[in-house]
Amino acid sequence: MTILGLRNTWGVTGRGAALLALSGLALLLAPLVADRYLVSVLTTVLWFAYVGQAWNVMMGFSGLLSLGHALYVGLGAYASAALFIHFGIGPWAGALLAMLVAVAAGCGIGFLGFRFGVKGVHFALLTIAFAEVARVGFDHLQWLGGSGGFFLPVEAGVSDPLNLRGSPTLFYYVILALVLAALAISRLLLHSRLGYQWLAVREDAEAAEAVGVDLFHARMTAVAASSALTALGGVFQAFYFNNLFPEQVFSMGRSIEIILPAIVGGIGTLIGPILGAFILTPLGEGLTFLLEVSGLELPGLKQLFYGVALVVIVVFRPDGVWPWLASRLGLVRASGEGDER
Amino acid sequence: MPIDYYLNIAASGLLTGLLYGLAALGLSVIFGVVRVVNFAHGEMMVAGMYGAVLLAGYAGLDPLLSAPIVAAVLFVCGWLLQRGVVNRFVERPEHMQFILLLGVATILVNAMLMLFGPDSRNVAVPYGFDTLELGPLLLDEVRVRAGAAAIVIAAGLFAFFRFTRTGKAIRACADSPLGARVVGLNIDGLYALTFGIGAAVVGAAGALMTLLVDARPQLAPEYTLLSFIIVIVGGLGSLPGALLGGVLIGLSETLAGFLLTPSLKSLFSYAVLILVLLLRPQGLLGKRS
Repeated sequence: MTILGLRNTWGVTGRGAALLALSGLALLLAPLVADRYLVSVLTTVLWFAYVGQAWNVMMGFSGLLSLGHALYVGLGAYASAALFIHFGIGPWAGALLAMLVAVAAGCGIGFLGFRFGVKGVHFALLTIAFAEVARVGFDHLQWLGGSGGFFLPVEAGVSDPLNLRGSPTLFYYVILALVLAALAISRLLLHSRLGYQWLAVREDAEAAEAVGVDLFHARMTAVAASSALTALGGVFQAFYFNNLFPEQVFSMGRSIEIILPAIVGGIGTLIGPILGAFILTPLGEGLTFLLEVSGLELPGLKQLFYGVALVVIVVFRPDGVWPWLASRLGLVRASGEGDER
Repeated sequence: MPIDYYLNIAASGLLTGLLYGLAALGLSVIFGVVRVVNFAHGEMMVAGMYGAVLLAGYAGLDPLLSAPIVAAVLFVCGWLLQRGVVNRFVERPEHMQFILLLGVATILVNAMLMLFGPDSRNVAVPYGFDTLELGPLLLDEVRVRAGAAAIVIAAGLFAFFRFTRTGKAIRACADSPLGARVVGLNIDGLYALTFGIGAAVVGAAGALMTLLVDARPQLAPEYTLLSFIIVIVGGLGSLPGALLGGVLIGLSETLAGFLLTPSLKSLFSYAVLILVLLLRPQGLLGKRS
């Protein structure tokens, strides 16, 4: 995609397009200059950018607040790991099945929620409840390791991209590709008939219904798309970290970490989740680094910082950093309508 | 197995449930009036627990006596929180309110983790291991005292809302903020008062809870979710519903912990929550909105 094309269809100015293209190029070349640690930090950043983008499809595009997105990450992670360990099915094929599992779960929850008219607070709590049920349930599922954890075999020096085994650089490029793909898919969706329906439902469900939008269909497709994308993040997590513990994977804290990038960057925007992840994760890592250097033992400081970030952002920049930054630096056209708001 | 055995378990579940109900009462009061869901509820409760632990450690106070002090401190904190931050969010979209209070919750729980560390802290009372005999029942004295205190506080709260002018004004606010404004009530002040009362109630519940459970920061999200479950089961915004829901969840937890494995008891509560959300989203005693 040329810079010009970016400019015409993304509502960004020439300066914005140049900056985005440069950032993309920098990310593409980063492993050539970055050391191991930096690559691992960037991988984490991109992972959060990816799952934030996936969550954004539900909350940002369709106005459905899910506070249990760790469920889809966990299901994707456990499904692909189980297929690999128990049936010898590689992660690329396994990812499809993992997505199916997550979509089935998402559609199940969505079906119950939307058919029974569970709205607002209650819907958010329903998503938490299912994630918690999964956490406790997987704790007792001995076939998948239970609370003791589920592990993938780690062999040093193996490079086998077909089974997603290899160096940190391999994982870096995989997650970078996922982020770019999610960005492209989100944009495609947003500018499709379905995407306009989602926005209509988000802004005013009753009005949307009055002009003929099938609310149930619109919401279900949003949940399905979001859970499928999120599950891929889970597959990556399983093969990158090689260990899964229900207590971490399905925890409420994890669900909150997933929603942070989009909130900080800008709910409902395409660039927001990516920018949010690039703001939060390095700051968190920096704090951890500072603590290590100073020799202080303060568990919880990073999370405390995330909490402060959350409060500061919702109080002072409720639309997120990206819309503000973009208009401040002249990255989007003033009349830019639609996705970049 | 004699029936006495089950009766004993049910009685202890009921008494614990009263404390759960008291905690959930705070959440229900805040939601019923301010229409904001306090995602930091369990965090406030654990703050109350640490308050009782500190007062017991430095002043040798029994949690029953420290509960009013803790409640007073949390009242001020809740009042300030509403005045300073939450009040601006009353008119904002729901998800903004959630996210704000999730942020507050994250700050609180991690601040406690940094201040007190991850290990549990307990409060020792002289009657800690005493039991009361009541017919066929053998009850832990701590549970009886905590349950009785919960009933007293809940009764006081009901009386406040029923009989005092301020209580009536708050109820008017809950029924119709616009109408209350029209007749000249100070909505913002009443909201802050309500948030303070809710925080005070959950703080007292936390202080009393130290009689039964050791304080540790990790309890906070659990208690937040537990309070949600109770309030939704009983009916969001309904005060008697919160107490009823608390007792029901307390009973089901102890029975499930006894009949199944203890670690599965929360699964049972979530199953109850999901069923109620689907079949009767307004809760057992709630009104359809």
